[in-house]
Amino acid sequence: MDHIFFFYFAAVIATTSLLVVALRNPVYSALALLIMFFHVAGLYVTLHAEFLAAVQIVVYAGAILVLYLFVVMLLSVTSEERYHNQLPVAGLLGVVLCTEIILLFFQSQATASAPAASVDPVAGPGNTELIGEALYSTYLFPFEVASLILLVAMIGAIILAKKDIHERVQ
Amino acid sequence: MTVPLSYYLILSGFVFLTGVVGVLIRRNIIVILLSVELMLNATNINFVAFSDYFHNVAGQVFVFFALTVAAAEVAVGLAIIIALHRANSSIYIDDLNLLKR
Repeated sequence: MDHIFFFYFAAVIATTSLLVVALRNPVYSALALLIMFFHVAGLYVTLHAEFLAAVQIVVYAGAILVLYLFVVMLLSVTSEERYHNQLPVAGLLGVVLCTEIILLFFQSQATASAPAASVDPVAGPGNTELIGEALYSTYLFPFEVASLILLVAMIGAIILAKKDIHERVQ
Repeated sequence: MTVPLSYYLILSGFVFLTGVVGVLIRRNIIVILLSVELMLNATNINFVAFSDYFHNVAGQVFVFFALTVAAAEVAVGLAIIIALHRANSSIYIDDLNLLKR
């Protein structure tokens, strides 16, 4: 049963990620990415990360992708007619990375059969509570740094996108 | 966990590879940023898969940080795209060759 779910999600994720790169119209690319985000969220549910699945849908599909679609509509981009002429470089890099992944995979299959963690999934606190505890105790400082990153990004985006911020000063 | 961990790694590697190729072959900056999102999602799949495999919640916490960075990247990236489009009314990277001229 798990295999069926995994292969469904994996097939849709792989197909839509290919479509994101292959489709010529940026709106279609963004919509393919939307489908991919939803299926990644489904994959998170099968991996017992229910809270992250909800966050994935809310943040990625709800905020980030809407921002992309706003910009696409704002700039009224037409579909591009040809690919960039970096295709040989991309092909070379793709093949190299692909062989690297395959080699690593088979090497790990051959040598190390890593024992699974012997801890049984105990029916303790829920997923959200576990994440909250880890986030506010062990990872408190990175959490604050993340909020600082968001603040800096917000200020930077406003400064960059504002039209005549320098003229008004002078 | 009946689905082996390596399946998730293969899926994540494939998605990451697609993102790399997309960054390299597309001319539209928006689609390039979308490909970067693909790569971030591939790493997130890895994090969550390992988190489930080792029964350690730290992987899911790190997905949060990746999410934060993705949100910041989108905000600043789209602002840069708008500024670029305002400067030379094009979002194709072929037209952005100011340093070459």
